[in-house]
Amino acid sequence: MSAEVLIPIAIFAPLVGMVLILLSGDERPNQRDAMMVLTSVVTFAAVAGIVPEVEAGGRPRVELLEIVPGLPIAFEVEPLGMLFGLIASFLWIITSFYGIGYMRGHHEKNQTRFFACFAVAISAALGVAFSANMFTLFVAYEVLTLSTYPLVAHHQDHEAQRGGRIYLGILLTTSICLLLIAIVWTWVAAGTLDFTPGGILAGRVQGPELAILFFLYMYGIGKAALMPIHSWLPAAMVAPTPVSALLHAVAVVKAGVFTVLKVVIYIFGLEHLVDTGVSQWFVYVAGFTVIAASCIALTKDNLKARLAYSTVSQLSYIVLGAAIATPFAILGSAMHIAMHAFGKITLFFCAGAIMVATHKTKISQLNGLGRRMPFTFFAFFLGALCVIGAPPLGGIWSKWHLLMGAYDAGQIIAVGVLLLSTVLNIAYLLPPVVRAFLLPPKAEPDHGDGSEAGHGGGHGEGHNDAPGDHGSDDHRGDDGGRGIREAPALCVVPLTLTAIGCLILFFLAEPLFGLLEGISELGAIRQ
Amino acid sequence: MISEHLPVLQVVVPLIAAPICILLRRDDTAWGLATLATWISFIIAGSMFVEVQSAGALSYALGSWPAPWGIQYLVDPLNAFVLLVVSGVSAVVMLFARDSILDELGRERENLFYCAYLLVFAGLLGVTITHDAFNLFVFLEISSLATYVLIAAGRDRRALVASFQYLIIGTIGATFIVLGVGFLYAMTGTLNMADLADRVRAYDTNPAIIVAYAFLVIGATIKLALFPLHLWLPNAYTFAPSMVSAFLAATATKVGFYVLMRFVFTVFGPEFSFDTLSVGLPLAILAIVGIFATSIVAIFQNDVKRMLAYSSVAQIGYMVLGMSLATTTGVAAGLIHLFNHSLIKAALFCSVGCIVYRLGSSHINSFAGAGRRMPWTMAAFCAGGVSLIGLPMTAGFISKWYIILALLERGWWPIAVLLVVSSILAVIYIWRAVEPAYFREPPADAGPVSEAPLVLLTATWILVFANIWFGIETSLNVGGAFAAAESLLSGYAP
Amino acid sequence: MDFVDGFATHYNYWIVIILMMTGFYLVIARPNMVKQLVGLSLFQGSMFILYISFAYVTGGSAPIIVEGEQSYANPLPHVLILTAIVVGISTTAVGLALVVRIHQAFGTIEEDEIHDLTRED
Repeated sequence: MSAEVLIPIAIFAPLVGMVLILLSGDERPNQRDAMMVLTSVVTFAAVAGIVPEVEAGGRPRVELLEIVPGLPIAFEVEPLGMLFGLIASFLWIITSFYGIGYMRGHHEKNQTRFFACFAVAISAALGVAFSANMFTLFVAYEVLTLSTYPLVAHHQDHEAQRGGRIYLGILLTTSICLLLIAIVWTWVAAGTLDFTPGGILAGRVQGPELAILFFLYMYGIGKAALMPIHSWLPAAMVAPTPVSALLHAVAVVKAGVFTVLKVVIYIFGLEHLVDTGVSQWFVYVAGFTVIAASCIALTKDNLKARLAYSTVSQLSYIVLGAAIATPFAILGSAMHIAMHAFGKITLFFCAGAIMVATHKTKISQLNGLGRRMPFTFFAFFLGALCVIGAPPLGGIWSKWHLLMGAYDAGQIIAVGVLLLSTVLNIAYLLPPVVRAFLLPPKAEPDHGDGSEAGHGGGHGEGHNDAPGDHGSDDHRGDDGGRGIREAPALCVVPLTLTAIGCLILFFLAEPLFGLLEGISELGAIRQ
Repeated sequence: MISEHLPVLQVVVPLIAAPICILLRRDDTAWGLATLATWISFIIAGSMFVEVQSAGALSYALGSWPAPWGIQYLVDPLNAFVLLVVSGVSAVVMLFARDSILDELGRERENLFYCAYLLVFAGLLGVTITHDAFNLFVFLEISSLATYVLIAAGRDRRALVASFQYLIIGTIGATFIVLGVGFLYAMTGTLNMADLADRVRAYDTNPAIIVAYAFLVIGATIKLALFPLHLWLPNAYTFAPSMVSAFLAATATKVGFYVLMRFVFTVFGPEFSFDTLSVGLPLAILAIVGIFATSIVAIFQNDVKRMLAYSSVAQIGYMVLGMSLATTTGVAAGLIHLFNHSLIKAALFCSVGCIVYRLGSSHINSFAGAGRRMPWTMAAFCAGGVSLIGLPMTAGFISKWYIILALLERGWWPIAVLLVVSSILAVIYIWRAVEPAYFREPPADAGPVSEAPLVLLTATWILVFANIWFGIETSLNVGGAFAAAESLLSGYAP
Repeated sequence: MDFVDGFATHYNYWIVIILMMTGFYLVIARPNMVKQLVGLSLFQGSMFILYISFAYVTGGSAPIIVEGEQSYANPLPHVLILTAIVVGISTTAVGLALVVRIHQAFGTIEEDEIHDLTRED
């Protein structure tokens, strides 16, 4: 099939899947889950089918309808979107399996609504990835926000309500107040919103206005989680872990930084940015976010909260690269979308698996669990190394290019930030592994009921910083976690796969580079 | 043959149907006739809209007395657009009316209610279609007087007080309009709007013309409830029957906005209004202050109907803001929002009507747990709310896009910033109603509650789909609004 | 002297203004709803006089065609005001009907008392 056919299939398949999931309903869980897996496979196949044409330099374009004269809903696949689309749709397959295992193992309610919204979110993420103009991107971006709100507020309790408010409040406020203005402004100034190689603003917006516009874009894209508008991301951790894993480590947040990259490359244009230097401020903002979020992560004992702040920090790597705006840095940023996706989803999968198997959410409770759950913790180790950027895992490539880009551009501060944050990464990501494998199990004073682990039900996660809640769950693993076993296979296999993915990305980074060099500004920089 | 009489049939059909309704005392017959008349009006409005787009304005001389002596009905791109909105939304709301009115009013007064409704409807259409300034006043009073009756039909006794207050303020507003028309007539000796427009130019800044202008603009802004002359509106919408709130929110204030535009642009002309008198800036300031003040008040309301009423006043601010720019995009943006806001508020008030039908109250507390017990109703409310907030793929987004575009085109970017900030306020008040529906348990003493009847849901969801449809396929609302704006400004640039 | 002259030749307009402001004051300042309606009627009535006043043509007679009369008062405002009077009467009728209903429902037609009563609702 030609790419022009595959693009709508990729975007609409999840929506069809949503209908199928809703039709199956809670009464037929097996049929429903089969539908979801089937949809995810079809979606990935459609996305993968577009690759050859894009690699060959083609830019398949589909125009659906013209909402406003001159502003069509149109999709055009270029290398960056191809990369993002591939990652999102591929990881959706894995997350589907993981989600089934997790939601069933955790006895979550409203699973049908959950999976249906999940499918819409993926469709919106692909819409972001493939959009041909800023208008389409904005539409998909907002659909993504709205479709993930029910997922964040899934438990419908007080905690979820609060988290949902922060989530929706920040994302909607930034996108409506800043991003929309920026888009209309661009439209008024440039007369087009198409993503055009070389940018559309050069020669049209100058001086302080350009700086203001850049500010509007950078903070309008709230999903990129620059400080101080990052707090929606930790708040979103009240969601069930598959959401945190795929959406808040991959699809949603990457949609944010992906948008940043798209705006920098195709709206502002790299040369225009470097010449005018308006993005220099954001090198500092992003650098600050990298360090500050890492420091906050260090203080978090809740595993998911720590990972969330780690995500905030890692996202700013990508914004940092975008703000430096040299081809090398952009390449590093784009690669980081892929590398961090695999690393962080592995970490979240592990956190979820630990929660399903032991109902433990805190790092201080992990002592000695490594022997009980070897696969999970080894995968965690690999994921952590990938995020840290150690060979032989994929993370090294993106960090390397970012460093090179920063150094070439003479951004010594950025180089320092990257080095310092690597140290911080090690400091906050390795302790869970060290505790699990090297420390002896903690003897806990009081004795729980010792019932079979993994059948507690309820919502054992998401209470980010609240110490000591959900009491009995915490004491389930007394006497060194006797009775604790690996999480269900549907949880363990996906996390093993993504961990292996981190390894593979180290050895097979070349095709990704090849793909990304299709972006005209990035071509030929590695020759 | 009949097609040349369409302009007059537009008004006459509901006007004739109104007294007949009183005679129909059998179950649902009055409703049936009212619905039929509304739908016929809708079809007439639709066919005239199509004809005006292709063949230009339609003129009709009432009783064959030629203009400017006789009363002339003139359908140009502007009022064809407004007629379509008013009759279209009314046609859908009438589907909603039967069960809702039966529940809130009972059988015995049904026929009288539909008589009053048809009079309001005929009056609004008459205001919109006529090209005679005094005739406009007469139709305005026909619709207003019947509106007081509709509002007083609310179950709560406070509806009577609300209706009385509206009567006082509304009559003052209408009298202002007659005074303005009187001054114009005294100066020019004509009542036909086109004729007036020709002759008013000659007087330039004659004080009598300026006084007439002031009376007309203030009279119209009372009718359209522009801040700070909006005080009659919240109580009226809160205590009126649900169907009436939906109907009035979608039509009455919109026709008020039309009257304002008609006088400002057609009769006095944009040069006089915006260059000589510079009303653009004061109107814009009132609009933006009104948007903020009433949105903030809306946040603190515990009755959802009252919240939506305040929100309506805020939304009127958006329309007036668009108009005050006096550019093609700005005026079109105001008209687009007139169209879209009709759909938005009708959908929202109808979904609240479903809640009232089942739970008996529109208080926020009665929304508790509604998300689970009435999922389709709440889904409709959420969709309407999203459109009100103005997220993409809904009609509300199209409005907002054009208003911001118009503001930035004229370089009024601080106001554009204020505008988007104000839409965050909409997020807050809509969410105040949405959250209890999904996050709170229904009160323990509440009996079993099922989803609203299918008819109510169907009408509500037609409006919701219209919200989505006109957010995606915008050739009708955007195209119609731009055609109207171009005809109003005809080459004028600020 | 100008002022006195102006008053003498335009006294009907001064009456319009006085009536109008009296009516307006009643509507705004009186809590009694019947008095408000009285004020409203005055307000509207002043507008009728305004129309009739400017319909007068100096030296003209009533607009009934009579042999030998050259100039007539303008008949159109009279016709308009006939319509406006009908509208005014209807308004007053609807208003009074509402007052009756309000009296039945609240037992009072004083706005401030009703305000106190509705606060409890």
